Amino acid sequence: MNEITRRTLAVLVDNEAGVLSRVARLFSGKAYNIESLAVGATDDPKISRITIEVMANDDQTRLLSNQLRKLICVHSVKTLLPEHAIRRELVLIKVLAQNSEARNEIIQIANIFRASIIDVSISSLTLAVIGDETKAQAIQHLLEEFGIRELVRTGMVALERGQYTIDEQTKEKGEFDYGKNVL
Amino acid sequence: MQMTGARILMECLLEQGVDTIFGYPGGTILNVYDELYSYQNEGRVKHILTAHEQGACHAADGYARSTGKVGVCFATSGPGATNLVTGIATAYMDSSPIVCITCNVAQDLIGKDSFQEVDITGVTMPITKCNYLVRSVDELADTVREAFAIARSGRPGPVLLDIPKNITAEKTDYEPLDRKLHGTNGRLGKLMMRSSHDFKAPEPNHADIDKLVDMIKASSKPLIICGGGVVRSRASVEFEDFANRIDAPVAITLMGGGGFRGRNKLTTGMIGMHGSQASNMAVDACDLLIAVGCRFSDRVALRPSSFAQNAKIVQIDIDRSEINKNVMTDHHIVGDARRVLELLNERVPEIKHDEWKNYVFSFKTETEYDEVKDHLTPSEVLSTIARILPQDTIVSTDVGQHQMWAIQHFHFDYPGQLLTSGGFGTMGFGLGAAIGAQVGNPDKTVLHVTGDGGFRMNCNELATEQYYKLPIITVLFNNGTLGMVRQWQHLIYKEHYSQPPLDRAPDFVKLAEAYGLGGKRVTNVEDFEVALKEAMSCGHGYVIDCAIDMDEMVRPMVGGGSHITQFMID
Repeated sequence: MNEITRRTLAVLVDNEAGVLSRVARLFSGKAYNIESLAVGATDDPKISRITIEVMANDDQTRLLSNQLRKLICVHSVKTLLPEHAIRRELVLIKVLAQNSEARNEIIQIANIFRASIIDVSISSLTLAVIGDETKAQAIQHLLEEFGIRELVRTGMVALERGQYTIDEQTKEKGEFDYGKNVL
Repeated sequence: MQMTGARILMECLLEQGVDTIFGYPGGTILNVYDELYSYQNEGRVKHILTAHEQGACHAADGYARSTGKVGVCFATSGPGATNLVTGIATAYMDSSPIVCITCNVAQDLIGKDSFQEVDITGVTMPITKCNYLVRSVDELADTVREAFAIARSGRPGPVLLDIPKNITAEKTDYEPLDRKLHGTNGRLGKLMMRSSHDFKAPEPNHADIDKLVDMIKASSKPLIICGGGVVRSRASVEFEDFANRIDAPVAITLMGGGGFRGRNKLTTGMIGMHGSQASNMAVDACDLLIAVGCRFSDRVALRPSSFAQNAKIVQIDIDRSEINKNVMTDHHIVGDARRVLELLNERVPEIKHDEWKNYVFSFKTETEYDEVKDHLTPSEVLSTIARILPQDTIVSTDVGQHQMWAIQHFHFDYPGQLLTSGGFGTMGFGLGAAIGAQVGNPDKTVLHVTGDGGFRMNCNELATEQYYKLPIITVLFNNGTLGMVRQWQHLIYKEHYSQPPLDRAPDFVKLAEAYGLGGKRVTNVEDFEVALKEAMSCGHGYVIDCAIDMDEMVRPMVGGGSHITQFMID
């Protein structure tokens, strides 16, 4: 499967200044557009986890991972395959609701999508929805009818299903067998 | 003991065994130069002041390449730091270990567009193995130790350390730490414990080695490529042993010059765009290609899809990210070239490949240039040099036709003998590198081969050559044009000679004399020989301005992106 698809890379890095730009420039320097990026500290405050999504094929993904591993600030890199990972992002949508009819309809849509209403004013509602990109797209499409004032997304975060983690101790052996480029 | 940051920096350099620094002072780095003053007076380190920071960086690079030690250079903030950029990129592309130390404006001025302020760690991020902006004097010593460890370990490369001026003045406790203990103490110790980073070269996988041994046994037409990795790991002895054992022809890349003895009967000469017929035909016909420390750049694997199309390709490299990057391989071994070759030599039997060698060596391993009577030719110049200068002469080059001629023509014997900008192709690299090499190898003859274009770029370093009494011999192939550009325009751009003519000042002999050096313009080989002998005996720098014809070409040549045997010219 060497087609260009959306790839998810999970990267553990030092939680220090400049680390994000080191990681991000590796993509820009090779002319990749980062589709989505999410960063935050992990359970260990010295270590951050970056989830990057990028359009690439197998070979490109392998090269990117290997280049990332060369950075001193990078602890580990893993490609999360869609069938073995849970991916979620949070989207906040501020939508026009000029009258009660519109408000009711929006609330119904929110219920169907299990989105929560997190702010309300005379003329607008703000929704928070958690999901993968298909869910966010679907609700966005429906709300466009009412007029979206603003939309913001956190970027995709992802974890592998099951007991495996990105951490080297529990990683499948092949991943850190230096001689092999196993992803 | 309480010390200023500047003094801690100097102490840390001594911990690393640094005895030579190339650099240029300026406002923000003055505290460091103030410390340097006493260290230099006590004879503990030597500072070489160049004419330009770029020259300092190339000199540190040339020093590192020729001695195998880490080169060190100093520069001030702003323009001082940005002047290093080309030099750093040159070192990065050719995996040369240098540590550049720049000082930035004081921390309370950072981010305010202060005088001579630049975000040099941001600028050099893509061209350094790692770089640091030191944030506190307490972390200075650990950072210097880490910088040197990173520069020299694994696949070597440049590291930049940016120290704000106030940190060089602030005081903190400094405890000397022997270099042997760096890997188990402080930040570096923690880094070494992280399993994801092995600063020591990874031990090659023995099963991978055994698999390659089996592949060698099964092969009847093996070819070995000697790449820059052999030079960097100083593995020439192991490499030659390996090549003799399996009796395989050896093609040498530009960066591999010196990794394999050029006079060994197994060498097929250079490979790639200006590779010999024997090398390029052998790559096309071999059934097993063993590339040692070679990254298959676009000047070697001109068309990756058809490169070594009949062969199983095996790549030996210390850098995992090079495997399958440019050419897809059938097998690979990650490890230091020397260690891998040692293990191979323990396991491979002695084999003979006479039939295959007969085929390969039926092609030319060196370009034969026509004899011309009416003017001086590059091959006459180079043959004379090879006959007269000592066998172990260090050769530095700039970039262009003269570079290819010199490397095709000379036979290099040991790693560090050839200093050339292969990956980045930096014109103006040669003189700085020659200075670094001469400083690091005072007992050796250093030859600087250059062209009029490349020499004009950084010839200001003649001042450095004169001041420090460095007896560098500069042989200038002066054809009054940018030769390689002209060659491309001749062959590819319908003879539209757009901008390469350099029929202009200066008179290079007068220039050399203005710098207090010797110089002579020669138009025939007899005069050249006289000038070369004078250059050898005069005891100071000397520039021999050789008038050559602008229509001379580098032969053979394969066009970029073409199949490796499609010679545009033989």
